[in-house]
Amino acid sequence: MSTRKIRVVIAKPGLDGHDRGAKIVARALRDAGMEVIYTGLRQSPEQIVAAAEQEDADVIGLSILSGAHLPICRRILELLGEKKIEGVRVFVGGIIPSQDIPELKALGVAEVFLPGASTEDIIRMVEGSAVSR
Amino acid sequence: MAKVLEQATTTPYTTISGRPIEPLYGPVDSASVDYARDLGDPGQFPYTRGVHQTMYRGKVWTMRQFAGFGSASQTNERFKYLLAHGSHGLSVAFDLPTLMGRDPDHPLSLGEVGKCGVAITSLADMETLFDGIPLADVTTSMTINSPAAMMLAFYILVGEKQGVPQAKLAGTVQADILKEFIAQKEYIYPPRQSMRIVVDMIRYCTEHMPKWNSISISGYHIREAGSTAAQELAFTLRDGIEYVQWCVDAGMNVDDFAPRLSFFFNSHSDFFEEIAKFRAARRIWARTMKERFHAQNPRSWMLRFHTQTAGVSLTAQQPYNNVVRTALQALAGVLGGTQSLHTNSLDEALALPTEEAVTIALRTQQVIAHESGVVNTADPLGGSYFVEKLTNDIEAEALEYFRKIDAMGGMVPAIERGFPQREIQEAAFQFQKAVERKEKIIVGVNEYVMDEKPFSILYIDESVAEEQGARVKQLRETRDAACVDRALRELKRVAGTTDNLMYPILEAARAYATLGEMCDALREAFGEYEEPPVF
Repeated sequence: MSTRKIRVVIAKPGLDGHDRGAKIVARALRDAGMEVIYTGLRQSPEQIVAAAEQEDADVIGLSILSGAHLPICRRILELLGEKKIEGVRVFVGGIIPSQDIPELKALGVAEVFLPGASTEDIIRMVEGSAVSR
Repeated sequence: MAKVLEQATTTPYTTISGRPIEPLYGPVDSASVDYARDLGDPGQFPYTRGVHQTMYRGKVWTMRQFAGFGSASQTNERFKYLLAHGSHGLSVAFDLPTLMGRDPDHPLSLGEVGKCGVAITSLADMETLFDGIPLADVTTSMTINSPAAMMLAFYILVGEKQGVPQAKLAGTVQADILKEFIAQKEYIYPPRQSMRIVVDMIRYCTEHMPKWNSISISGYHIREAGSTAAQELAFTLRDGIEYVQWCVDAGMNVDDFAPRLSFFFNSHSDFFEEIAKFRAARRIWARTMKERFHAQNPRSWMLRFHTQTAGVSLTAQQPYNNVVRTALQALAGVLGGTQSLHTNSLDEALALPTEEAVTIALRTQQVIAHESGVVNTADPLGGSYFVEKLTNDIEAEALEYFRKIDAMGGMVPAIERGFPQREIQEAAFQFQKAVERKEKIIVGVNEYVMDEKPFSILYIDESVAEEQGARVKQLRETRDAACVDRALRELKRVAGTTDNLMYPILEAARAYATLGEMCDALREAFGEYEEPPVF
């Protein structure tokens, strides 16, 4: 019997268009054997949660460089709670001030990847979190 | 000894863009260069050695620091600080709602107001932004693309209120929509409709604003998205060709508008490759304008450019190292003959810069200008076997891209096929892999790593969003609503004709229509562009 591939939704919320990081991570996760769905740019929290639900995702990866991470993550995690979508792990990558990381984790973000993070580290964390699901 | 020598000559050494470099260059490598044909003295066609005869002896480059955060009044204070400390010109960074033509109370503006730049929602904010700054005495660059026409209208109207006629205003709007589709992705309307707006604006500037650079054709963002140096050069100049072609096709005379086209390049970490890129850019543009477009005015042949050091090269780790990176990149820009320069601040991998960090960045330029001696003579690296060979090679690579894009029918069709986007995406992925394999070393990231103390940054909270939301609400209650409605209807009507959009945009801006309202009027007329989400 074959094991189910880890399913990942990579999303760019907010108004920013800088997608270099999101695309590199999407490709690295796909090359590591995961099923990756990239939402494209400028997705609202509602659209991202709907995509995760529809795709039966194990993981949502959010790329945010613009400073909008707190309100956006708060809304996404609220929506996951409201819709009772359980067990989806949320990762955030981008420009995140270190002072905001405790608050993001308190909201329910599993891990925050900062500039310089390697795709190897990201693959390891995503695999680890999906196995423990 | 023999073994060391063998290793030194056989190990592949490459530039940051992956270009192989020989252990030594000599006369044979630059033998094909004909001085009069390929280089020329500074100020002479094809301007490989620079656009001015005396280069920085006549005048050093414009030190222009990009700034903007929070509200218009906060950024107004930063502008006054920069001018008081030796900055020559202003350069406005807008927040994402402004760049995307959304008002601060739109749902997609959640969390974005005032974060990446200053929030400008209407003419009222623009009046605050330039309060106490006489527009007759400064030059201003505005980094905005899809809503560039609206921002230019706001600026013209602030000038009018200060008693400065538009013919006296000097500066630039970026307005380079093609590189938005290619790299930065801050587009609103589909490519062809977006090009129409750009052409209308260039025509307006040509007719009314002789001191204004109508567009800043930009490679900066292409490079930041992960392109190689040659791709940056090729796609930027091919974008330039596309704008010229569209303006000519719209019935404009090339020599009427081409002297006011300006360019904007990245200066990345690979020192000599960057210098060669700048030199090649001037040569390619001069020949293109003369041979392809038959421009007669020497000013049409000259590629004048702004340079910004590479934001993407800055590391969040050991941020003080960024001062050194920026200084080297700035020096490459100067040795490459830039007309104006922005140096990044050491903390910009973490946040928008603090005043202290910005000051060091500005001082870096002043040290290069006044202490290093590099301004004493024009194009000091001209004639170097290595630099001339690199200049030739990078030019050849760019011309090969021109051929491919011409074969696709031009840059708009190439973009519609996703060609430049895919080329950049692939280069970005390969660079990331090279870093992870340690084939490329980034000090403090994949080598020389150490534990660090937390670093103090500029933090922008959500209060700006609330204030800006309140300001726009108040504006909507106090302005003449009938007048705004009329102006917006007229804007939408003109969008359906071939008349110049700048005139109805100016009238709507004057009536205090918001940026979001004006952009929505054109969204209704033109539709919105969505890129296929491929990776």
